[in-house]
Amino acid sequence: MSTEQIPITDTPFEIAGRTLRSRLILGSGGFRRLETLADAIRATRAELVTVALRRIDPGARGSLVDVLDECGVELLPNTAGCYTARDAVVTAKLAREAFGTEWVKLEVIGDERTLLPDGPELLLAAEELVADGFVVLPYTNDDPILARRLEDAGCAAVMPLGSPIGSGMGIRNPYNIALIVERAGVSVILDAGVGTASDAALAMELGCDGVLCASAISRAEDPVAMAHAIRAAVEAGRLARGAGRIPRRLHAEASSPTEGMADVTPPVE
Amino acid sequence: MITLNGEPRERAGATIVELLADLGVEARARGVAVAVNGEIVPRADWTRHRVDDGDRVEALSAMQGG
Repeated sequence: MSTEQIPITDTPFEIAGRTLRSRLILGSGGFRRLETLADAIRATRAELVTVALRRIDPGARGSLVDVLDECGVELLPNTAGCYTARDAVVTAKLAREAFGTEWVKLEVIGDERTLLPDGPELLLAAEELVADGFVVLPYTNDDPILARRLEDAGCAAVMPLGSPIGSGMGIRNPYNIALIVERAGVSVILDAGVGTASDAALAMELGCDGVLCASAISRAEDPVAMAHAIRAAVEAGRLARGAGRIPRRLHAEASSPTEGMADVTPPVE
Repeated sequence: MITLNGEPRERAGATIVELLADLGVEARARGVAVAVNGEIVPRADWTRHRVDDGDRVEALSAMQGG
């Protein structure tokens, strides 16, 4: 058997004119040790890693920024914990000042229990940040209309949730994700809800351009093994999407020929 | 009296660079941002911006987060 690899062609994954090799974006939250985060980054081959902005902790051990720099990844600051457009806009500007990047993962949360996005505040913050020159990647509901409004507002991608942050409930409404993908003129990145590798594969099979994943990796029993698994799942799902799956049907369809069957019935006595 | 990251401190008149030093952070450290009374103080102003009595100073840096 030949061991020659059959080349696979794929269209580039682009956000705001920038081509990314990896379709998996890693969230840095939840890792118990910075060493594990670094190993997980290598396993995912992620190029973008999210960070939050918080009050300086004088007792902090090790610098997160140094670890991320050593891994050669770009930082993607988030506005996690913001409940109003105003707070999110100020946080994004502080992040731009801190990290020298215009890119922001925009989160405006509606309530503590669900951590679901607040649509009207999110749209307001997106409009303001786009006008100020930011590359805005909004964490949004799995709502095709809101996704379209965010795209119309100038967001560089839309990032619908599969299910609530950290819930590991997977993709609760795959039909809405498919509707968002169908209409989107910008990249669609599934953000939040991934619990294990199959969830990430499903996101890609539904036509998402990428997956953002934090807790599923960082809180797994073996984060580095799960990082490998989810990277492979994103690649597998992408390939499957491009390959075109067979339609679902209620009844069986034989894959062996129905013609030319041998007549093996015994002679009639 | 000012508040630095929510804690009262007798540091009216200090510069941003001095306040960061109080927190054990060098002014040239990457990934640090400062706001005074909700307004961002650009890095270029950290050596000359002095905080006034009653100012609320937030000094932030990168933390792990999704």
